[in-house]
Amino acid sequence: MEALNIKQLRKTYSAGVEALKGVDLKVEQGEFFALLGPNGAGKSTLIGILTGLVNKTSGKVQVFDEDLDVSPERVKAQLGVMTQELNFNIFESCWNTVNFQAGYYGIDWKEASRRTEQLLRDLELWDKAKQPVRNLSGGMKRRLMLARALVHDPRVLILDEPTAGLDIELRRSLWVYLQKRNEAGLTIILTTHYLEEAEALCNRVAIIDQGTILRDAPTRDLLGQLKKQTFVLELVEKSEMPGDDEQVQYRIVDPLTIEADVAHGITMNEVFERLKQAEVKVQSMRPKANRLEELFIDLVGKKGKGLSA
Amino acid sequence: MNAYRLYISWLTLTRKEVMRVLRIWTQTLLPPAITMGIYFVVFGSFLGGQIKEIEGYPYIQFILPGLVMMTCITNSFSNVASSFFSAKFMRHIEEMLVSPMPDWVMVTGFVAGGVVRGVICGLIVALVGLFFTHIPIYNFLIIAFYLLASASLFSLAGLLNALMARKFDDISIVPTFVLTPLTYFAGTFYSIQMLPETWKKISLANPIFYMVDGFRYGFLGVHDASLMVGVVLLGGLNLVGLALSMHMVKKGVGLRS
Ligand SMILES: Nc1ncnc2c1ncn2[C@@H]1O[C@H](COP(=O)(O)OP(=O)(O)O)[C@@H](O)[C@H]1O
Ligand SMILES: [Mg+2]
Repeated sequence: MEALNIKQLRKTYSAGVEALKGVDLKVEQGEFFALLGPNGAGKSTLIGILTGLVNKTSGKVQVFDEDLDVSPERVKAQLGVMTQELNFNIFESCWNTVNFQAGYYGIDWKEASRRTEQLLRDLELWDKAKQPVRNLSGGMKRRLMLARALVHDPRVLILDEPTAGLDIELRRSLWVYLQKRNEAGLTIILTTHYLEEAEALCNRVAIIDQGTILRDAPTRDLLGQLKKQTFVLELVEKSEMPGDDEQVQYRIVDPLTIEADVAHGITMNEVFERLKQAEVKVQSMRPKANRLEELFIDLVGKKGKGLSA
Repeated sequence: MNAYRLYISWLTLTRKEVMRVLRIWTQTLLPPAITMGIYFVVFGSFLGGQIKEIEGYPYIQFILPGLVMMTCITNSFSNVASSFFSAKFMRHIEEMLVSPMPDWVMVTGFVAGGVVRGVICGLIVALVGLFFTHIPIYNFLIIAFYLLASASLFSLAGLLNALMARKFDDISIVPTFVLTPLTYFAGTFYSIQMLPETWKKISLANPIFYMVDGFRYGFLGVHDASLMVGVVLLGGLNLVGLALSMHMVKKGVGLRS
């Protein structure tokens, strides 16, 4: 069954910016789906239209066969959303923030309180329940947004850059929680500009740039499509290059710097084996661009802006 | 949402709005008590003795209903205007926008908060007034109708103002340039019978005049203008305000880009 079906979705902001240029997208029930793209690609606009925060210009949106134009309230009842920007009343307590949200969905006080407690405990916010939101750290605020998005037990969870600005540890713990919920049957759609995030969590990825979906494929296929990755090697001393072959090609940038294009599937050990045989001494090595950039270059033959690994 | 869920949804918002009024009582409930206490001292006790009775009532009794009404409408207005605008400003209005709460629940929930604040403030002023004078009650139902209908009308006005406002300053434009002049020229401090013809006619074009006049009628049993006009005006303006705010929320004016 389709959790989400978007057809020819367009959005032109009043300033004339064309943020979405006819997006088609389908997400199956139970999927963990990533919308991947650089800043300004139109991700938040798309999420905003789904969740009733942005008016669409044209197109069709269906959530579990309910049409956004026909029954917006039924669409909204099935979605839980964590927006990119914080949107709290910072003077309200954490408990009220989550509990009131349940109330807005029509969940009675007793059930709302039960769920609020459960979520605050699961997301390690229980000891902050009585604190006003403004006393929370950045990571806690994100988790509180998640609790608020889940309190009405949505069928689809939508996360707009949920881990932007979080440190590695917090990011990982959020990933673990989301994976658990997805395994329990929740359909999750997240936007991100980290390829690593999509890779770690999602079984399918759509790449969006300038309001257009460039590619929509299983994550494994997309990564497999990364034909090569380029590394920059700083050498200890001027050396003769090993000969190019099918898997690795070399370019001399300056006497002490070379670039190596490494085919997908080749291990670093194999690369260094070649270098060792040619008696090239490597001082240090770094990837030239991150993998998302490489993916973009592969897809559109140009560099994406605002991407990060 | 079924009726029960709608009720929960409405009650959640309304309760939240009322809790807000009570929590920040030093900003919401205390100021009118102090301001109107001063009015009673100055106009009632100091000046009142020098002013002859109006329509057979001591000056302080004559102005009391108008002061209650004035307090009620300004507080209803500013409650919804500031609560709704800060929800917009801090973006937590999105909590409601993403939920299946229908537009009318959101509108009436905020209005209910404004009405509660307006009525409580009105009651506070009346209670303070009791220290200075006796308050006659001619017809309680009339008093209740005028108070509630005026509170809801100005709550709606506050909502409309907040929907259109882009910055905090915008929500003080209406109180400063519209509400204050209209309330002071609404016959709170005088009977329009005392005015020259031209001013009398101008007063009749002021909707707040009918609210004060009808409200005062509930206490004293005397009025200057047609009560029918007042009732129709209040009812009609309430409907217009409701329709307009529903329309604006539905279209997302000031809420959705
Ligand atoms: N409220 C708005 N008014 C006008 N333009 C906007 C608005 N919100 C976003 N945009 C523009 O729409 C484009 C897509 O933005 P957005 O959806 O936020 O991208 P992303 O979330 O992928 O970074 C950008 O060019 C952005 O400047
Ligand atoms: Mg965004």
